[in-house]
Amino acid sequence: MIRIFKWVTKDTNINFMKSTKITYAISTTLILLAVACITLKGFNFGIDFSGGILMEIKSPEVIDVDAMRDTLGKLDIDELNLQSMGEDGTEIVIRAQAKTLDEKAQMGIINQIKEALGSAYEYRRIDLVGPQVGDELKKDGVIASVIAILAITAYIWFRFEWQFAFGAIIGLIHDILVTVGLLSLFQMDFSLTTVAAILTLAGYSVNDTVVTYDRIRENLRKYKKMNQTDLLNKSINDILSRTILTGFTTLFASLALLIWGGDTLRSFAFTIFWGVIIGTYSSIYVSTAFLAFFDLRASQNEEAINPFGNA
Amino acid sequence: MYKLSRSRVITILAICAAGIFFAVPNIMPNKDVLPSWWQPINLGLDLQGGSNLLLEVKLDEVLKERMGSIEDAARQIMRENRIRYKSLTSNENGVKVAIENASSRTRATNLFRKIDEGITVEDDGNGLLNIHYSDAALAQLKRKIVDQSIEIVRRRIDELGTKEPLIQSQGADRIVVQLPGLQNPEYVKTLLGKTAKMSFHLVDSAARAADAKRGKLGGKYKLAYGEMGEPYVISRKPVVGGEDLVDAQPSFQEGQAVVSFRFNSHGGKKFGEATRDNIGERLAIVLDNEVISAPVIQSAIMGGSGVITGDFTVESANDLALLLRSGALPAPLEVLEERTVGAGLGADSIEAGVTASCIGLAAVVFFMVAAYGLFGLFTTVAVFMNLLLMLGVLSLMSTTLTLPGIAGIILTIGMAVDANVLIFERMREEVKNGRSTRDAADAGFTEAWSTIVDSNLTTLVAAIVLFYFGTGPVRGFAVTLAIGIATSMFTSVTVTRLIITAWLNKYKPTKLPI
Repeated sequence: MIRIFKWVTKDTNINFMKSTKITYAISTTLILLAVACITLKGFNFGIDFSGGILMEIKSPEVIDVDAMRDTLGKLDIDELNLQSMGEDGTEIVIRAQAKTLDEKAQMGIINQIKEALGSAYEYRRIDLVGPQVGDELKKDGVIASVIAILAITAYIWFRFEWQFAFGAIIGLIHDILVTVGLLSLFQMDFSLTTVAAILTLAGYSVNDTVVTYDRIRENLRKYKKMNQTDLLNKSINDILSRTILTGFTTLFASLALLIWGGDTLRSFAFTIFWGVIIGTYSSIYVSTAFLAFFDLRASQNEEAINPFGNA
Repeated sequence: MYKLSRSRVITILAICAAGIFFAVPNIMPNKDVLPSWWQPINLGLDLQGGSNLLLEVKLDEVLKERMGSIEDAARQIMRENRIRYKSLTSNENGVKVAIENASSRTRATNLFRKIDEGITVEDDGNGLLNIHYSDAALAQLKRKIVDQSIEIVRRRIDELGTKEPLIQSQGADRIVVQLPGLQNPEYVKTLLGKTAKMSFHLVDSAARAADAKRGKLGGKYKLAYGEMGEPYVISRKPVVGGEDLVDAQPSFQEGQAVVSFRFNSHGGKKFGEATRDNIGERLAIVLDNEVISAPVIQSAIMGGSGVITGDFTVESANDLALLLRSGALPAPLEVLEERTVGAGLGADSIEAGVTASCIGLAAVVFFMVAAYGLFGLFTTVAVFMNLLLMLGVLSLMSTTLTLPGIAGIILTIGMAVDANVLIFERMREEVKNGRSTRDAADAGFTEAWSTIVDSNLTTLVAAIVLFYFGTGPVRGFAVTLAIGIATSMFTSVTVTRLIITAWLNKYKPTKLPI
């Protein structure tokens, strides 16, 4: 048997709670940086939210981006943005906006660009989002995110005591803020699929936290005399191999997507990839570390609602 | 003690077999011969290529027009009944009439009510009458306009011969049009962008356009313009309208492309009479408020058919004939959103998705075997089974697989082993606590269960929210994620348990290889 990763399944005894001072500083800095980045740089909203057009075209030859920019620059359009795609330079993404924000004008741009470029290109994708739909999608995205966070909180509140729900929510907000901060920093395309990626990340992050909390609660009942910090440490160590294993498999899956999944899914895969890392970090150093502020035993209720029959 | 009852084993195997059975069509070479209940997964437009259009029916413009004619009717009524009024205005919401005399106002109210079904007249107490449709009538009217629009859109698209178009309403005033395989939606948008209201009007050659512009026209005539902006003074009331057309075809006349048309008997009669009475006059053919041409009437046209001449190319004659055949849209349409993916990109996306899935799968399998050895191998069986079950459920539910949907599958592969990891870790602990091999294996499954449910439910919550608020591809992602969570919970608990039980029974090991 080639159990080269057997070491992952070994028992550990790492003192995670020792370094919380440093990680508090790191988390706080990350959040502050994220907020600063979002306020200063904003997001690179894709046309899903800002409205406008996006065309992906391919040519049999290498495309001269500057020449094409000149050609299209003469047209009566706003916010023209050309971006080369792929390795061999035969593909390009064109983004543009109409001068007036109405649907008819938007539609006209596609024809203008097609006429200006001629028929030598393959039009691989054409997206047009009118300003009205863009606003609606933006609204839906915000509503979806808020509802997902509320629903997850409600679920945790139902399953655990309030300190846990509080900790999970802080971890969740930490992960989302830092992730969108990163998207803002790199000015990555913020589109509908990004929102989907962020919500998946939220699901994963809380998933990880829940598994840790489950163990903490179990140990609270099992080791009634143990000091709380030791107990938190022990709980994290108990499930550390699981944290690493699941983290790695999910990371592998998203990495495969990031590398081989094609350009369309790149920012999506990146968000998930990053989400797994930050989600794993936060379930230990944000959500669990947060519990150290409370006396968990005092509020530990043996009769806590438990619909699934815990041990 | 560690035993699975026969009925449970059969149930588990039956579910797996059903999953495989429904997944099979996806690898069959000839999909057309399969029965409708045994089909492969539908590919979304982003994978098979095609165009997705979201159209808005401009109801306001129709309502404005409708209120305009109610305004005309009200004016007529007041004239006929000698009711004095101070002002009369209309917009898309209704018509407002100011009548000072109270008894005239009551009389007018009763008369106005008869203009159309569903009309209500309200007195605001300050001498102002408000004529509008009741909420129910308005909703019905809007519904009718949207339904009619869908019908006309369908007819126009059917004329193009696109395979399996999907046309349906969305919300109160929107239409979704999905055209698989279509590469050039510009043409479709041009076709749908025209209401194609056609009518024939007599031209008053005596009136000078300059006078007309100064507003010196009587109520019977109005000003219209040709393609080049040349003015025509035409009768306000059409001789005959496009609704009486039964057929239109492109053809040639003296080497020039024209559109020949045929009226129904009612339209043919009116057309015949008008041409008979106005020989030597010009007849304007008006399409969407633009005069296409205004030929001189040479002789009475009694047969109910004729030709439209004009500055046509073969294509434009063809288009006009198509539009006239399929009928006029009751309201203008506007494209709110368009998503077109070329077949090339779609095929590339599928390829990329399959590559990423295979590599992701291989990495996960390698890692699990490297960490757990034999039990990792058992997990591999569960992971493959999960993949097959997912495909089976997706095929059975005839959901649409989109590119983000493929991403959902890949992610599920990665996350699905979580349950197995939780179970194996639990077993390891139980062994450490001194339990016997079978007890430990058993406890691994039962004790990990509540954690597995807890952790999967949070992701499921995110998937459900995404499903409700997402559109198109994102919704596809939510569906595969949700299905993946359900099937992976099944396979990682039951399938691995089945294998481990069988293994324990056969080899009776004294130690778990955890």
